[in-house]
Amino acid sequence: MSVDTQAGVSAATPSTGSVLEIRNLHVSVGEGDDAKEILRGVDLTVRSGETHAIMGPNGSGKSTLAYSIAGHPKYTITAGTVTLDGEDVLAMKVDERARAGMFLAMQYPVEVPGVSVSNFLRTAATAIKGEAPKLRTWVKDVKAEMTALEMDPAFAERNVNEGFSGGEKKRHEILQMRLLKPKIAILDETDSGLDVDALRIVSEGVNRTRAEGEVGVLLITHYTRILRYIKPDFVHVFVAGRIVEEGGPELADKLESDGYAAYVKDSNEQASAERAALEVGSA
Amino acid sequence: MSPDTTSTTTTSTTDLTTDSADLAGELFAPGVGAQAGPPTTPAAGTGSAGQASPGAHSHGGAAPSGAVPTGSPAERFTSLDPDAFGVPTGREETWRFTPMKRIRPLLDGAASDAHLTWVTDLPEGVELTSVDADDPLLKGLPEPADRLAALARQRSDGAAVIRIAAEAQLDRPVTLGLSGTGSDEVVWGQLVVEVGNFAKATVVLDHSGLARYAGGVAVLIGDGASVTLVSVQDWAPGAVHGAQYDAVVGRDATYRQVVVTLGGDLVRLVSNVQYSGPGGSAELFGVYFADETQHQEHRLWVDHGVPNCRSNVKYKGALQGEDARTVWIGDVRIRPAATGTETYELNRNLVLTDGARADSVPNLEIETGEIVGAGHASATGRFDDEQLFYLCSRGIDAETARRLVVRGFFADVVQEIGLPELQDRLMRVIETRLGALPGLEEQPVEQAS
Repeated sequence: MSVDTQAGVSAATPSTGSVLEIRNLHVSVGEGDDAKEILRGVDLTVRSGETHAIMGPNGSGKSTLAYSIAGHPKYTITAGTVTLDGEDVLAMKVDERARAGMFLAMQYPVEVPGVSVSNFLRTAATAIKGEAPKLRTWVKDVKAEMTALEMDPAFAERNVNEGFSGGEKKRHEILQMRLLKPKIAILDETDSGLDVDALRIVSEGVNRTRAEGEVGVLLITHYTRILRYIKPDFVHVFVAGRIVEEGGPELADKLESDGYAAYVKDSNEQASAERAALEVGSA
Repeated sequence: MSPDTTSTTTTSTTDLTTDSADLAGELFAPGVGAQAGPPTTPAAGTGSAGQASPGAHSHGGAAPSGAVPTGSPAERFTSLDPDAFGVPTGREETWRFTPMKRIRPLLDGAASDAHLTWVTDLPEGVELTSVDADDPLLKGLPEPADRLAALARQRSDGAAVIRIAAEAQLDRPVTLGLSGTGSDEVVWGQLVVEVGNFAKATVVLDHSGLARYAGGVAVLIGDGASVTLVSVQDWAPGAVHGAQYDAVVGRDATYRQVVVTLGGDLVRLVSNVQYSGPGGSAELFGVYFADETQHQEHRLWVDHGVPNCRSNVKYKGALQGEDARTVWIGDVRIRPAATGTETYELNRNLVLTDGARADSVPNLEIETGEIVGAGHASATGRFDDEQLFYLCSRGIDAETARRLVVRGFFADVVQEIGLPELQDRLMRVIETRLGALPGLEEQPVEQAS
């Protein structure tokens, strides 16, 4: 029996696997004297098939991390690198990042009057895939995903996010993730503002994508509630612009019972120590 | 750019919606708001008789900075005599936005025999004829409200008349293709559209070519009739078009007007609506798209003088390029007799590049508390960066994203025409101007790099 060594090699190192690497990321908002550092050295690696939960209190910089990776112009990268399969993500324009395989499900999706959902989805799919999807299969795919997310078909003819309820907006975000099939999906507080039914529907959508095994998920959340539906492989505690503790799913349970108080206190002490050091240094 | 310039006789908010008669009554409380000034009288011999508004209406409360008086006097001065208006200098309220040098030929009033080339499509039940200057029909038209309109009425020496028989149900729109021949001489024109009781019709005025055109249009709508007038200004570069459009809406009649201004060097259209009986409805839609150096000015005046009538105004415009300029003035007046009135007007402007300027001035005068509702909204702004980020974060390049949004912005109003072929043609013109956003069916391959 002959063995195809080429196939053997590629099976051992799956070529479809992607890796997002964030190294020493520093991000600030504002300019000049008003500039404020939000991220203070983030290190994180997300691979295909992994689900990472980033948990932290309000104002810790979780959303800044999400928007910085997606390329929102409001944020300035002051140090560090972000790469996707070795490619420099920070050098790419917003649309290039999406075409490279990044996806951000936003906490507050934006209304776009006069642009229908169906037009928007097809234009996005065309841009991501590099060619217009075949009309017949596309319509079928969209319909199937909408059904799975329990969305009314009439939804497709509405304008993007215009007059959507909170739950409809989040389902629409997950619908896009399902159709655009990113390599790395960042879900920014997708669970916020959802009732139990909507949370379940949205979580099932994410889990279907995870089950396909080719996506790395970065799940940003304030609450542990969504982690009952989407089981993370890794949990990172995010406080004051950096990851302060990492662990497995058990860390989420600990946060659920103890909260963030201990981390916030540590962080405050560290920050004031740093400030003191800085003042000494500049004196 | 003048963001959110709003002027209301009674309030300084940008987006006023008066949902109940109660609020309207409050707004019209003694000492508040409208009609505090002396009646305006024609002052023959002065440059701007009846045009300026010396205290003719007052702004209640603190006017927002940047708010301007609209020059909407208690009674508008109208006259058949061009000289009664004097010769505008550009300082008058109604002319202060207009580039006087470029519109001057239409105000000088030199007689001419120049004309537009007419290509007409008249369905059965429609008659196209002409009447002399002394015809009684013309005596009954609403009078001109400025010198340009008075000159057009006088110099055209009669009028073309479209008569739509009572109870006619046309099988297709009446279309007048009106194209300029490139003559430097001013074309003076007057058109009257007479719609019989209970008739239902759509009339399309499709302007193209190069011309200097001063053309009045009066639409007289019989009781219970339903008319849509579409006026397309797809002029060649360099064209100048000034006109007064009047509609007299009969009892229980419906008037819809769709104005689409895309071409020409300068277009200045004044659209007036009045109601001759109760139960009438008027919807005034407009889109305009000004490129560099184009001046597009739309002035509306809806005069509610009888009970239980409706009006709804929606104008949307976009501007791109150096010295692109648009002006929108929306005046609505609800007279004491006009109880049961329902009115709303909206103007949105999208400033796509530096160097363009949009002015937007809604003005609502309410003289009775017994109304169903009255409101207006006006906003002028840049392309929304958050919308752009959202679309781009889905892989759509910035140019395509921009065109998607602008296309949607226009389609919202263009679809009010109700004639798919014309709508498609106009959207194609708009898309060409935006840089040819392809339709989704023929979306080309767009490679990432």
